[in-house]
Amino acid sequence: MNILDDSVQLISATCPACGLLCDDLLVSNSTPISVKNGCPKSQIFFTQAALNTSPSMFGVDCNLNMAVKAAAKILHDSNQPLFAGLGTEVQGMRSVMALAEKAGATLDHMHSESTVRNTLAMQNSGWQTTTLTEVKNRADLIVAIGTDIVTSHPRFFEKLVWNADNLFNKTTPEVIFLGATGNTSAGISPDGHTPTVVAAETEYLPAIMSALNAMAHNKKLDAHEIAGVRLTELKAVLEKIKAAKYAVIVWSVGCLKITHAELTVQSITQLIATLNENTRVTGLPLNSGDGDSSINNTSAWLSGYPTRNRFNVHQRGGEFSYDTYHFSTQQQLNNCDALLWISTFNAYTPPSGVTPTIVIGHPDMQFTQAPDVFIPVSIPGLDHAGTMFRMDSSVALPLKSLRKQVLPALSDVLRQIETLLA
Amino acid sequence: MITQLKNGKLYDPTNGKDGVVQDIYIRGGRIIAKPSSTEKISHTVDLSGKVVMAGAIDMHSHIGGGKINIARMMLPEFQESRRYSEPEAHICSPNCSHHATPSTTETGFRYIEMGYTAAFEPAMMPINARQAHLEMADTPMIDKGGYAMLGNDDYFLRLLTAGKDQKAINDYVAWTLHATQAIGIKVVNAGGISAFKFNQRKLDLDEAHSYYQVSARDILKSLSRAVYDLGIAKPLHVHCNNLGAAGNFETTLKTIEAADGLPMHLTHIQFHSYGTEGDRKFSSAAAEIAQAINKHKNISADVGQILFGQTVTASGDSMMQQINAKHANPKKSVIMDIECDAGCGVVPFKYRDQNFVNALQWAIGLEIFLSVNDPWRIFLTTDHPNGAPFTSYPHLIRLLMDKSFRNEAFAKLNLDAQAMSNLKSLAREYSLYEIAIMTRAGPAKLIGMHDRGHLGVGAGADIAVYNEQEDREVMFSKPAYVFKDGEMVVQAGKVVKVTWGATYTAKPEFDIAVEQDLKQYFDRYHTIQLANFKIDASEISQDGRGRIIVSKQHPIRS
Repeated sequence: MNILDDSVQLISATCPACGLLCDDLLVSNSTPISVKNGCPKSQIFFTQAALNTSPSMFGVDCNLNMAVKAAAKILHDSNQPLFAGLGTEVQGMRSVMALAEKAGATLDHMHSESTVRNTLAMQNSGWQTTTLTEVKNRADLIVAIGTDIVTSHPRFFEKLVWNADNLFNKTTPEVIFLGATGNTSAGISPDGHTPTVVAAETEYLPAIMSALNAMAHNKKLDAHEIAGVRLTELKAVLEKIKAAKYAVIVWSVGCLKITHAELTVQSITQLIATLNENTRVTGLPLNSGDGDSSINNTSAWLSGYPTRNRFNVHQRGGEFSYDTYHFSTQQQLNNCDALLWISTFNAYTPPSGVTPTIVIGHPDMQFTQAPDVFIPVSIPGLDHAGTMFRMDSSVALPLKSLRKQVLPALSDVLRQIETLLA
Repeated sequence: MITQLKNGKLYDPTNGKDGVVQDIYIRGGRIIAKPSSTEKISHTVDLSGKVVMAGAIDMHSHIGGGKINIARMMLPEFQESRRYSEPEAHICSPNCSHHATPSTTETGFRYIEMGYTAAFEPAMMPINARQAHLEMADTPMIDKGGYAMLGNDDYFLRLLTAGKDQKAINDYVAWTLHATQAIGIKVVNAGGISAFKFNQRKLDLDEAHSYYQVSARDILKSLSRAVYDLGIAKPLHVHCNNLGAAGNFETTLKTIEAADGLPMHLTHIQFHSYGTEGDRKFSSAAAEIAQAINKHKNISADVGQILFGQTVTASGDSMMQQINAKHANPKKSVIMDIECDAGCGVVPFKYRDQNFVNALQWAIGLEIFLSVNDPWRIFLTTDHPNGAPFTSYPHLIRLLMDKSFRNEAFAKLNLDAQAMSNLKSLAREYSLYEIAIMTRAGPAKLIGMHDRGHLGVGAGADIAVYNEQEDREVMFSKPAYVFKDGEMVVQAGKVVKVTWGATYTAKPEFDIAVEQDLKQYFDRYHTIQLANFKIDASEISQDGRGRIIVSKQHPIRS
């Protein structure tokens, strides 16, 4: 399926630009490309230029073979390589894992400073969550904590909240923003119903969540307000959650830019667990993107662990270990002796300071300091097919190849490097 | 190229061979008749004194899909159990590994190293089937397949409520098998997972779903009829309502009656065989359940034996797991509602032999094994990892084959539990022939894998060779050799060659017109396109490792 081959046609496409993974998009091949059913993010994703960039070493163009050889040499000479960024999908991550086993690498995703906070909360006490189709058909109350939702997931309200059709003749959900900044007007329903906005700074969300938990346990609070929010206002939020048939509490750990955000996530999930004793309340954690759900799922089934894991070549004939603190990119930048940076969806460049650095990713990358090796690869969902997990992890969808492929896919390049390491 | 396996002692129930010393010849991955004297034998393996069986088939093991991956993410500490040299519970031996959440690679390796050559994921949620197949594709060594979960999905419940005829149901069931690349259909807590989303906390067989006003009985009748009409070999796989609840044996007995003579498989029946007698109001109803199975020839069951130690329960039954989460150990759990399709509940458990309930659960499972007469209708499972990891099968086999070993273990249990069980009075010891039935011939016949589970001419050469030993646990934990499709892949219990198995599917004929209504349903209510819901066969074979086998089914009966 190649839109450059025929004159005019519309092709259905799955959009990997955010965790909603909308697959109802229609992409045209007219010039300029038009995207139907899109959003600002998908518009940017599908209309990005198809640059044909050559591989390079220290900023000097070279052929793919030379770049692959140089990358293999770097990994071969490295005792403790860090594979970071990891902006890819399932098939790409399979190749990353295979190469990591050869190279003895530490693995961390570019958004894990956020993602790992959710993982830590889940590993500490578990959680109760739901998925997008349930939200669309059952939710009668959406409580967004610390996030406007639409900045990161633009079509959330359009697709899942304002939908006219639903299976159970439910009413249009009421929307509450708790401590959200940004575009809360996205919560105004098509018939003009405005959302409840409980204003609070993100740094006060831990206190607010603790107060809600205390009230859910019928504890009496000896205060009139918490972090500038009147208790009566919080009480009203709690009562609405309790009264709802299917309340969905949405949070975005990427927006919780506070120390130990995992404790606030846990506070949210505990509130959900407590209320679930009597009524149905469930959580919906938003993801951060760049394949975070895909790479963590793939890593988990292949190694037993989500990312921030490491393959120890010398341990018991080779095995993975897991450490959410020591195996972070930030820690490893000081400890690794080589960096492989991967970012295929976006032209995100690697953190500076590691020598040598290999970059495999988006052709549009611009470097302030040219890496030892740069291999541009094709973009999943645009230049090559693949499989991607949605934010809720329950749904994996095929990505399509929509353009004439001029660059190799990440997995092609990684396999070539792996062959040389064998 | 002909390989000769010489002088092995064959236990091959499909062909009625009970310890017959006979040579096996393999060519092109299949067992062939004795070649003529002019044909060259290129390779001979002497199996004198060794026990030879077809590769074992695990017909119910959670090896692929979201639930186990959630367990892996939630329980990274479980991976440490790979390092344990000592078992956790004193009645299990070192062969009884307690690694409940192995990676896909490890899953394939541990299975083949025990002589298992196939395993079936029993709870493949249709919306999550792509993930299940991705994981199974990354599981080396063994063949695999999945049972698609229906009966809690809103599309089906709407069909049923609207009083659609059986043909409409049949077409939807057949379409689901195609779309999800499955080989069977499973129902989990019929109606209960859906009812939980409406805040219903319990659903008995004849209780109405609060929204749809249909009962679990209605759902089971409709789906078991569909599976039968479509000619699917694998009977409807039923996880009964009220899992784990004291007194649930009555629901199980009623479910057997509800099958109304049609084939039905009751899975992990140990978890559904509890009475309410005694001081603790928790007792064994194994005798009643076994009696019912013995009486109803249309019913088969796998046991879902528990063994002591740390594991995790991963179930589609969100309704019951919400209740079980109170007993989580360590204290954490994931409960999910999923896509108007189903749900899941992942709850870690530590079964302890000094805990009254756990000890009795252990005894109940064994009582069922020993009280069901026909080994063709009872299957050896631990509901991996829910009752115990599949790596504990050799231990379980010894418990079944060795009465004194079993009684010694029983004597170490919680005393109150001992007082509530008749296990010591059950003198039965399974024979090698019976073990071969319940782990090989039986599952192959049940699932419809016609060329597996036996050693006759034409069978796929999946063969496990064991050193005959009195300690059956040691014997079954380390085969001398395992052949997969004719290749020697295991020697002395260790993998010597990595291979990738096939995926078994069932593809009954159906009326494609069913897609018109489904398309509308997806467009209106779902969040993905119908086209993307369907899994293309090429997705499984694209990496050059996997392949689809369409298993021949019975003729359409409707």
